[in-house]
Amino acid sequence: MSAQLTADALTLFRGDRCLFKGLSFALNSGELLLLRGSNGSGKTSLLRAIAGLLELESGTVYWNEVAVRKEPQIFQNSLVWMSHQPGFKGDLTLIENLHYEASLRPQSNQELDEVLNRLGLNRLKRLPMRSLSAGQRRRVALARMLLADAELWIMDEPVSNLDSEGRVLAMELVGEHLAADGMVIMAAHQDVDIDATVQTIQLQ
Amino acid sequence: MTDQDQQLPGVVTGLVAIVRRDLLLVWKRPGDVLNPLFFFAMVATLFPLAVGPSGEQLQFIGPGVLWVAALLATLLSLNSLFLSDYEDGSLEQMLVSSVPLSALALGKSAAHWLANGLPLVIVSPLIAVTYQMSFFAIVVLMVTLLLGTISLSLLGSIGAALTVGLHRGTALLSLLVLPLAMPVLIFGARTVSLVAAGDGIAGGLYFLGAYAVMILSIGPFATAAALRISNE
Repeated sequence: MSAQLTADALTLFRGDRCLFKGLSFALNSGELLLLRGSNGSGKTSLLRAIAGLLELESGTVYWNEVAVRKEPQIFQNSLVWMSHQPGFKGDLTLIENLHYEASLRPQSNQELDEVLNRLGLNRLKRLPMRSLSAGQRRRVALARMLLADAELWIMDEPVSNLDSEGRVLAMELVGEHLAADGMVIMAAHQDVDIDATVQTIQLQ
Repeated sequence: MTDQDQQLPGVVTGLVAIVRRDLLLVWKRPGDVLNPLFFFAMVATLFPLAVGPSGEQLQFIGPGVLWVAALLATLLSLNSLFLSDYEDGSLEQMLVSSVPLSALALGKSAAHWLANGLPLVIVSPLIAVTYQMSFFAIVVLMVTLLLGTISLSLLGSIGAALTVGLHRGTALLSLLVLPLAMPVLIFGARTVSLVAAGDGIAGGLYFLGAYAVMILSIGPFATAAALRISNE
């Protein structure tokens, strides 16, 4: 099933400053939307606004031609959000965190152990999250995305803190998700080398 | 990856998951719960020492002191209800999850009550003994605390959700929650006092029950709305 995310004339102010005005785009299954811009240009705000975490000044986001504001739950069933903060509990172990997360959203049929193996997290399973490095936590956040059955991935600088191997892996996973008819919206500073339709939005 | 075979997590699954997670966190870090409980026990046991051993006097002030201490202990524990979720980003993950936010809010309140309210109810008879309260008065005290702390947890969740984005929102949180908690305090303490006077207590218990049900029906929705605003 192909899905579509459309944004119509999005405008957002932070204080007095206009971050973007009249921003529109249409994203189809298998496409990547890349947000570019210097620090503080509003990439994260745009991602948060699309995810519904931030109220827009004006404009509408449509998911399969239904306004997200009207049916937020349907949209949220199809999205995973990877923010700067991983959103895991430091006192709980990696596996406890992921078990809890599994109850929050529909799950894909990927095996937990396989996903952890692939991300190199298998031997960290029983460690409390706080003892993991920032890069390792990023990998766990990637595991969350793989385990979720969501068409739309919204990622805020997914490769920050990752080592070079991790960056390659993250891009590989994004590529696979796109190949499986998924959609990705990503804020990134680096160039991405992905074999898919890539749209770019440059924020001032 | 089609909508047809998508297994959505149910409301109950999400609710149970968050209660389980929060209780697990309490288990790994018991200090957060023990502090308010300790505060309750300390304040309540210091009064008999300061006031003196006169049984009549103690029985007179007992219900009020115990109830005030319970209310303040609950307020003390409310501040941290959403704070760590807000700071580590797990609140954001709740906001964009497939489980309705009001269900998760209800789960947070339930976990708060299980970890903070219920221990107060369990400990209260031990402390009530120092006030030379009768057996029946102690039972009534426990019932009023049981109903009252449910209301306070749900009510406090709304306040905690509204103030979570503010730095040092403690004073504001108390200011928001206290006026709405006043009926609980008044009816809770008075009902226990009425036992000593030999009057009927049903009215007070009915009121506390009705208040708890009312807040149970609107609290989670209000908390969810407040969380959305606070997280912008």
